Amino acid sequence: MAKTPVTFTLNDMETALFVDPGANLNDVLRRGAGDLTTKNGCGQGTCGACTVLIDGVPHLSCLTLAESTEGRRIDTTGGLAGGPELHPLQTAFMEGFAAQCGFCTAGMLMAAKALLDKTPNPTREDVVEAISGNLCRCTGYEPIIDAILTAAARMQGRAV
Amino acid sequence: MTIHKGRGFACINYPIGMNLGGDPSQALVHSTPDGKFMVALSSIDLGQGMKSVTRQIASETLGVPVEDVYVDTADSDTGPHCMGSFASRGTHRVGNAVIRAAAEARKQMLDAAAEELEVNATDLETDGAGSIHVKGAPSRSITVADTAIAAQFKQGRTLSGRGIFLIPPSDVDGETGEMTPVTCFAHAALVVDLEVDDETGEVEVKEINSAYEVGRALNPKLVEQQLIGGAWMGVSHALYETTEPTYPERDHRPVDFNTYLMPGPAEVVPHNLAILERPAEDAPYGGKGPGEMCANPVLPAVANAVYNAVGVRCDRLPITPEKVLRGIRENGGARPQGTPS
Repeated sequence: MAKTPVTFTLNDMETALFVDPGANLNDVLRRGAGDLTTKNGCGQGTCGACTVLIDGVPHLSCLTLAESTEGRRIDTTGGLAGGPELHPLQTAFMEGFAAQCGFCTAGMLMAAKALLDKTPNPTREDVVEAISGNLCRCTGYEPIIDAILTAAARMQGRAV
Repeated sequence: MTIHKGRGFACINYPIGMNLGGDPSQALVHSTPDGKFMVALSSIDLGQGMKSVTRQIASETLGVPVEDVYVDTADSDTGPHCMGSFASRGTHRVGNAVIRAAAEARKQMLDAAAEELEVNATDLETDGAGSIHVKGAPSRSITVADTAIAAQFKQGRTLSGRGIFLIPPSDVDGETGEMTPVTCFAHAALVVDLEVDDETGEVEVKEINSAYEVGRALNPKLVEQQLIGGAWMGVSHALYETTEPTYPERDHRPVDFNTYLMPGPAEVVPHNLAILERPAEDAPYGGKGPGEMCANPVLPAVANAVYNAVGVRCDRLPITPEKVLRGIRENGGARPQGTPS
């Protein structure tokens, strides 16, 4: 089967790949681009673990056709940290024990980043809404919600 | 339509581990030549914190900084035997094995240091900060790193230890029927406040108040998050989750997350948690296992609260709106059992 060339920007990196027709973005990111920070959970768009940002908007990468990302910008958890400096969301997740098994964490972080990019001072309800498509089976969500609010406050220079 | 408030209480005794077959776990501890210690386990950390807790336990027993201890839970092919991560046994069984292994490694470490310092090993103590010194004479000291180097390159000895924890399997006494299936119990008590809509049968949990007795919270943050998350899963089991819906046939059973119901972040309710510590005699530094028992008291507490709210006694989980409504209709209407005071 003929492959299709696709170029996109993956976390500031120009990326060009040949993909199978109909390949989903999750497979292409993990196997093609080697970005294993994006998880493959249910593979059918119900768990949110594979969430990535496409042009700043959260998408389920397992349901996204790779070919549809031509020329677009994709952000994954792999691009969150700036060198050794963790993103404030990552720091808050770590300090707030917002992960146990960690499988939902990458998707949670990206859903949270999309929220904070658009709404720097979210309410608790905003946070709940933003992560309502992401399943977590360990934490009971409470530490995740708290961590996102903590990160938002720190990014706004507010005391927590 | 009326919203009825209900309050339910439940308490549990939770057995740690599965003692009937002895339920053993092993641990191996050895130093690297730079004075760090490796703990090898086959026990798996599923996110519950096994690595963190066994690291703390090894550090405490060895008398070295926690930063100098590494835990490797690599592989059940190559690691020392472990029954597994289940039955809330990790902290208790594996922790005890780690204590034994670390104690043997500590003895060898002190023997090696004694040889270097030309004193008796019994006169030495660790400062927990990376040094070993003569009791009462802190200036006569050697670092753990130098001790490990001397052991490796000069004395030709390993600083290592083997540990296994095995409770003798308990048989039933033919005369009395007595046995000791479990040596260590954790305890919990939990109150659920909820509301039941007598028109839709929907149950909405509003608040959880709980007290869990965990022996000793070896890592308080990990214990807290496990209890909060686990209690939430208990709510999920009580009200939502099932692979066996009540329809006559299983054809319509849930097959994926679209149809397998779970509460989401919007359903999170306040959970006020008290962690009580009554160190257990046979537990590592007193710590029992907070694993499964975090969910267990929630289910009967929810069932009791639903009964309190509308007088419907559901004896099958989950307590779905359908079951609540059927119960209300059978009773000829909601029968609140009294306002919680």
